[in-house]
Amino acid sequence: MTGNAKGAGKRFRLVHLLLIVPFAAVLWTPFYNSSEPSLAGVPFFYWYQMLWIVLGAAVLYPVYRAELRAEE
Amino acid sequence: MAPPLDWTAIVVFAALFAFVTVVGFFAARWRRGDLTQLAEWGLGGRRFGTVVTWFLLGGDLYTAYTFIAVPTLMFGSGAIGFYAVPYTIFVYPILFTVFPRLWSVSRAKGYVTAADFVRGRFGNRPLALAVAVTGIVATMPYIALQLVGMGVVIGGLGIHGELPLVIAFVILAAYTYSSGLRAPAMIAVVKDMLIYVTIVAALIVIPHELGGYAKIFASVPPGKLLLAPPTADNLGQQSGYATLALGSALALFLYPHAITGLLSSTNRHVIKRNAVVLPAYSIALGLIALLGYMAIASGVKSMPAYAVGFKTFGANFAVPALFLHMFPSWFVGVAFASIAIGALVPAAIMSIACANLFTRNIYREYIRKVCTPAHESQVAKITSLVVKLGAVVFILALPKTYAINLQLLGGIWIIQTLPAVLIGLYTRVLNPWALLIGWASGIAAGTGMAISLGFKGAIYPLHILGWTVPCYAALSALVLNIIVSVGLSVLLNALAQEAREDETAAADYV
Repeated sequence: MTGNAKGAGKRFRLVHLLLIVPFAAVLWTPFYNSSEPSLAGVPFFYWYQMLWIVLGAAVLYPVYRAELRAEE
Repeated sequence: MAPPLDWTAIVVFAALFAFVTVVGFFAARWRRGDLTQLAEWGLGGRRFGTVVTWFLLGGDLYTAYTFIAVPTLMFGSGAIGFYAVPYTIFVYPILFTVFPRLWSVSRAKGYVTAADFVRGRFGNRPLALAVAVTGIVATMPYIALQLVGMGVVIGGLGIHGELPLVIAFVILAAYTYSSGLRAPAMIAVVKDMLIYVTIVAALIVIPHELGGYAKIFASVPPGKLLLAPPTADNLGQQSGYATLALGSALALFLYPHAITGLLSSTNRHVIKRNAVVLPAYSIALGLIALLGYMAIASGVKSMPAYAVGFKTFGANFAVPALFLHMFPSWFVGVAFASIAIGALVPAAIMSIACANLFTRNIYREYIRKVCTPAHESQVAKITSLVVKLGAVVFILALPKTYAINLQLLGGIWIIQTLPAVLIGLYTRVLNPWALLIGWASGIAAGTGMAISLGFKGAIYPLHILGWTVPCYAALSALVLNIIVSVGLSVLLNALAQEAREDETAAADYV
């Protein structure tokens, strides 16, 4: 039982790295603090961060799935 | 000259408000439990599933902060106000990773608050007391922000004076008292529907009237559209933006009301599932933030009809003025009701959470050690009233130019419980006395920075090696807190040999 849990822990540790991705994408402000490329008149600064709301959720989903599988 | 009362809007507003009041009192009967038990009154019996938890946690995020404070900052200061978006991006990975552990250990040991956990984990009463007091004090300005938001929309209806706000406040207090957490959980459902209707209408009608998003962004002064770039020796707004987002995200789930929302869920998967689906709220939050720019584009600031509102409420009046300008009266009623009810729900959850903290960790710990569950629940109900009065003190005492500063001030304080609570969930190598001194240094430094900013802002310029680094005071004070906690732990653990008591076991966390 404990051995199992440990094995599972190792397996989804790599998936857990996905959780860092949103931080990497948004914490470094100079990367997106610009108007161009604009999207339909919306400056890059705004649409880039809005996009990361969706991507942030998309990144959580596989982690959630992996944890569910590991517990089964 | 004051604008005339808008009766259509007032009637719609009052009708919706009356409806949620009925719902609030009716909630006591929902999934009926013995409301003389604290876990029933204060955690809804820990029986809320994914859907109710979604509304409840959504209620924590979607408040007057979203509808009034953030757009106001965008309206007045531009891009820096958009930090609310990265803030919500950061929140969910943190929620997903850390908080199921808190849920599990709380279920295993019957904890109702974060201070319960700290007491059990470290066996140190002063540290638990520090966590409890911080939770209560930090929540008060956050409740105050809700009341400011309610006041602004009631003013927007053309009603002046404090009486309507007092009435709203009394209603809130009464149904919280009688129904406990079931009331805001049930009202949150109504609130969300109203808010969705308002958002959809606002995001279709207003950009259309203003000629599209491109025009809206074009009307924002270029200097405000992006974060001010760094100069030779100053990082400008960039570091302020990133630290505001990160600090707010780290602080959010330490707030008593957020922990109450989490612990009332029926199992840990509910929390994980919600971390995956709650970002749907954030999209709306980002779009609502842009209402600040729409208010700039619409030119409401210079319209004589809204002069009184702006004079009374400052930039906080931007969104109400925009709605008044764009919508027919009846829909103004709906939109304002959704903002007011959207402030009411979190205010109720917050005061219940503070009541749980006071009763469990101060009253029963220090004032009356032996008390019946019924007596405990009664004390909590009365505390929920006192906390709301504390919020009023913050409103009267602090400048309200930007309501958001009330929330940022709460963040400076609550984040100081992070080492004891969050790090404590993973390890107890940190010495409780070191944590206590770390907490005290963080609180002192953070409060000091807030005072030196005159409570008018939360970004404090640090001077590091000849650089000026503007940083959210919560985060810089937290760094100090962690350095002190870790440093003293090394020292104290080397000196003391005795094993400290920990009533939790590793298996309780998974």
